[in-house]
Amino acid sequence: MMFNKNLKNILLVVFTTLILSACSTAKKSGNIDGDVYTGKETVKFLASGVPDRIFFATNKSSLTTAARETLRKQATYLRKNKSLNVTIEGHADERGTREYNLALGERRANAAKDYLMTYGISGKRISTISYGKEKPVNPASTPLAWSQNRRSVTVKVN
Amino acid sequence: MKKLIILLILKVLFIKNAFALIEVDITRGNLDPLPIAVSPLHVDVKSENFEGLKIKELGENISSIVEKNFKATGLFNPLKKEAFVQKPDIAHLKPRFEDWRLIKAQALVTGKLLVRDGKLKVEFRLWDLAAAKEMTALAFTTTPSNWRRVAHIISDKIYERLTGEEGYFDTRIIYVAESGAKNQRVKKLAIMDQDGANTKYLTLGNELVLTPRFNPTSQMVTYMSYFRNMPRVYLLDIETGTQEVVGNFPGMTFAPRFSPDGKKIVMSFAKDGNSDIYTMDLDTRVVERITDHSSIDTSPSFSPDGKFIAFNSDRSGLQQIYVMRSDGSGVKRITFGNGIYGTPVWSPRGDLIAFTKMRKGRFYIGVMRTDGTGERLLTENYYQEAPSWSPNGRVLVFYRETKAGSKGEGFSAKLWSIDITGYNERRLNTETDASDPSWSSLLSK
Repeated sequence: MMFNKNLKNILLVVFTTLILSACSTAKKSGNIDGDVYTGKETVKFLASGVPDRIFFATNKSSLTTAARETLRKQATYLRKNKSLNVTIEGHADERGTREYNLALGERRANAAKDYLMTYGISGKRISTISYGKEKPVNPASTPLAWSQNRRSVTVKVN
Repeated sequence: MKKLIILLILKVLFIKNAFALIEVDITRGNLDPLPIAVSPLHVDVKSENFEGLKIKELGENISSIVEKNFKATGLFNPLKKEAFVQKPDIAHLKPRFEDWRLIKAQALVTGKLLVRDGKLKVEFRLWDLAAAKEMTALAFTTTPSNWRRVAHIISDKIYERLTGEEGYFDTRIIYVAESGAKNQRVKKLAIMDQDGANTKYLTLGNELVLTPRFNPTSQMVTYMSYFRNMPRVYLLDIETGTQEVVGNFPGMTFAPRFSPDGKKIVMSFAKDGNSDIYTMDLDTRVVERITDHSSIDTSPSFSPDGKFIAFNSDRSGLQQIYVMRSDGSGVKRITFGNGIYGTPVWSPRGDLIAFTKMRKGRFYIGVMRTDGTGERLLTENYYQEAPSWSPNGRVLVFYRETKAGSKGEGFSAKLWSIDITGYNERRLNTETDASDPSWSSLLSK
């Protein structure tokens, strides 16, 4: 009985720790939500109010709410500037194997492209290129830098 | 480059002795390396000068390369020359076995060389000191400028005789030479001898180049280049310098490797964001699609019999290693351990697959049997990946990166090697930072 009670206490401690650590990874800390970058530090603008880049979670190419919002602004901007073509560059952080990251960057660039197309932008105006982990915007080896590097960037080509 | 193909006249002087007492077991980590004395090769006084080569020092220089090769295996302990008990020419004729045994040597290498009429003639002998007999002997002729290769070929022959396995010294490593700040890296293709000598740069660094790999049957290389901002797989003949893009793909091709017969390239092609595995026959130019899946399929590597392909896929969610028949049928996941797995590379012996494993923010290089069982992690670090096999399947070379500071300072990328026993981890000397190594086959085979 005594042993059982102790065991329960230990389990309780374990569970509390788990919940706490789960909170700490999921909470918004500074400019990272989950592990997606939400700040503005590295962001440039295609035009006033039109951010050039979106950010992704580790190993993911799904678009966050913020990413979709940015892409809708880009779509509006591209609809207004009909002669403008863009390249979407897909990037990954440094914490993965080189070849997988090339594929992941490609997937991210195409996720952005597909979303722009659903807002009426012709696929002919959008090319994609993956740089994998080869072109980090922030060279530091920190979770913040990695979150800034997991990105796709829309670049004007003309 | 042409000079690198040399004509070797190999002539076995004596038949190998049927029984030898000394034998080096390379299947385990060797904590008791074999003491070996490498006597400087005796330089024949009739030798003539040749194109600025210091002929008098040639015997010393060759033996010191042999020593370095042996030391780097971790299997041998080359003894200091100061302790040597006989002059090179006399030892080469007939060693005083009991005297060499006194300095605790178990094996002795002797030899002599002659440079004449623009040719380098070399002969060497390997002696078993305990059994007091010759184990092997070899003589060959080449151009004097190939003297480093002579040292590597001698090393290979001795390694072969003492371990029963093919050597890996007369080989080269192609890699990506890196320089500049971490977020503005300049990358060039580079090639060097296995021991770090004779570095040559094959591209200028104007465009990003990645993942060079040797053809196992020739001096061809396949790699990925961002030439004209179009990331594609290329083929490069390192003797002539000619290169061409592989296939006519409308999007990124990457992660190339040769088939074991050197006739095909297997690689990934990314279409509409999705990467699948393709092969292209280099003679017929026929392209075949091997995988067709909405997941990322990349890092393909043929088995040495050409019947299977190991590859990396995230079809189960995260990166894992899969094996399929080379026509794409019978796909089977082989990694189920904790963590995620990448870069499978089939051993040239066919028995193992080397891989990169990522777990809890750490990176491992490991080997497993080709069905995924028997996983052994050889080395753990902050970041390392891309193992490549020595041609005898005993050593892996890979690259390792260090953690960078807030401005990218302190970042470096270096080549490392480790025995598949998990012992003998060492850094390879490169002129610059380096990544993506690929080990060639034996050049003299």
